[in-house]
Amino acid sequence: MSEFSLWDIVYNLLLAARWTVLLSLTAFVLGGIVGLLLLMVRTAGNPWVVRFVRGYVELFQGTPLLMQLFIVFFGLPLIGLDVSPWVAATFGLTLFTSAFLTEIWRGCVESVGRGQWEASASLGMNFTQQMRYIVLPQALRIAIPPTVGFSVQVVKGTAVASIIGFVELTKAGTMITNATYAPFTVYGCVAVMYFLICYPLSLFARHLEGKFRNVAR
Amino acid sequence: MSLVELHAIHKSFGALEVLKGIDLSIDEGQVIALIGKSGSGKSTLLRTINGLEAIDDGVIMVGGKKISERDTDLLALRLQVGMVFQQFNLFPHYTALENVMLSPQVVKKQSKAEAREIAKEMLVKVGLADKMMHYPDQLSGGQQQRVAIARALAMKPKVLLCDEVTSALDPELVNEVLAVVRQLAEEGMTLVMVTHEMRFAREVCDKLVFMHQGRIHETGDPEEVFANPKTPELSSFVGGLA
Repeated sequence: MSEFSLWDIVYNLLLAARWTVLLSLTAFVLGGIVGLLLLMVRTAGNPWVVRFVRGYVELFQGTPLLMQLFIVFFGLPLIGLDVSPWVAATFGLTLFTSAFLTEIWRGCVESVGRGQWEASASLGMNFTQQMRYIVLPQALRIAIPPTVGFSVQVVKGTAVASIIGFVELTKAGTMITNATYAPFTVYGCVAVMYFLICYPLSLFARHLEGKFRNVAR
Repeated sequence: MSLVELHAIHKSFGALEVLKGIDLSIDEGQVIALIGKSGSGKSTLLRTINGLEAIDDGVIMVGGKKISERDTDLLALRLQVGMVFQQFNLFPHYTALENVMLSPQVVKKQSKAEAREIAKEMLVKVGLADKMMHYPDQLSGGQQQRVAIARALAMKPKVLLCDEVTSALDPELVNEVLAVVRQLAEEGMTLVMVTHEMRFAREVCDKLVFMHQGRIHETGDPEEVFANPKTPELSSFVGGLA
């Protein structure tokens, strides 16, 4: 059996960390798009749609991410869709992310006052125009800090994809541990890498919070 | 033919009936003041005219065309009926000029240059030629309200609704806004205003509508109505103000 140097461990973890970053980005972007669509239809106010979106959000906020991934990974084959761990993880995390983002953004949209809706309506704007020119630009400013903050949750959430066999940072850590029998070193390195990804995001979110506080425009 | 006609308008908020059958016609060029105690339904009535409050029963006709609850009808209605609010409701993320330009560009699909021309013209009209690049939070209340008036005018409405446009202003800023409204009245703009400025109503308006408990209680020429109120309610309302 060959010896593993610390560099071997770190190098292999770094390779796997690329997948963590890619999975996070994909889930965040796709989740953002789905979340925005849900936000739009929910704000438009059809009572059945509002009920559906509320149920959707509560379902994903009220169950562990791990269960969501299991259900996607083991559930899709039952309806004839055989999916790879990558697809299952992306799909599951996208649903999870969209539910949280749509709820975060809903609060931001609701913080834009009724007067803004009424003024834009009285100028003849339709719903899409009101959202695009009046409400979303204002809501966005409020939404940026909590959205960036939530991205940290997504990065950490990708760790559960290891359970369904997707080789990202955590799964790579497990595999390297099995080869090296040095769990403390390996998982220590894994933790440091997560921290190096997440800490800048947290700092950025805090920076934005200060920047956007009390700024109307 | 009247520009705007309201027939038997009814409106309730839950169990509370705020409009109990309103008939009102607004002729072109007319300046109408809606007065009455708070809770009399005057602001609600004003808001039904451009569809911000949906009515429960009755008919609204603008330019001879009946307005239904359909979205396309509402949008068409709002192209003809502008509105200025008590709280200005300027868009805080746009400059004064952008506030005024936005709707001509987005709703009426005018070119940017065209919209800018109209916006500038309107801002000059309300005396804010030097404030075009300012954001709302850099303007006084009176200036913000004048931008709001310019914003409504840029859509070239046939009627302008004014909902207590000076009530949120510091006393020293009231006159600059009233001066603009007076100028519009003199130019022949059709105006419907909810107001507590009785002297202004008396001097500028053609018709006074006194609302009481969700009904039009008394109406007529302002001079006459003020000098010689026919009902005890209006008498006490006017007396209470003096």
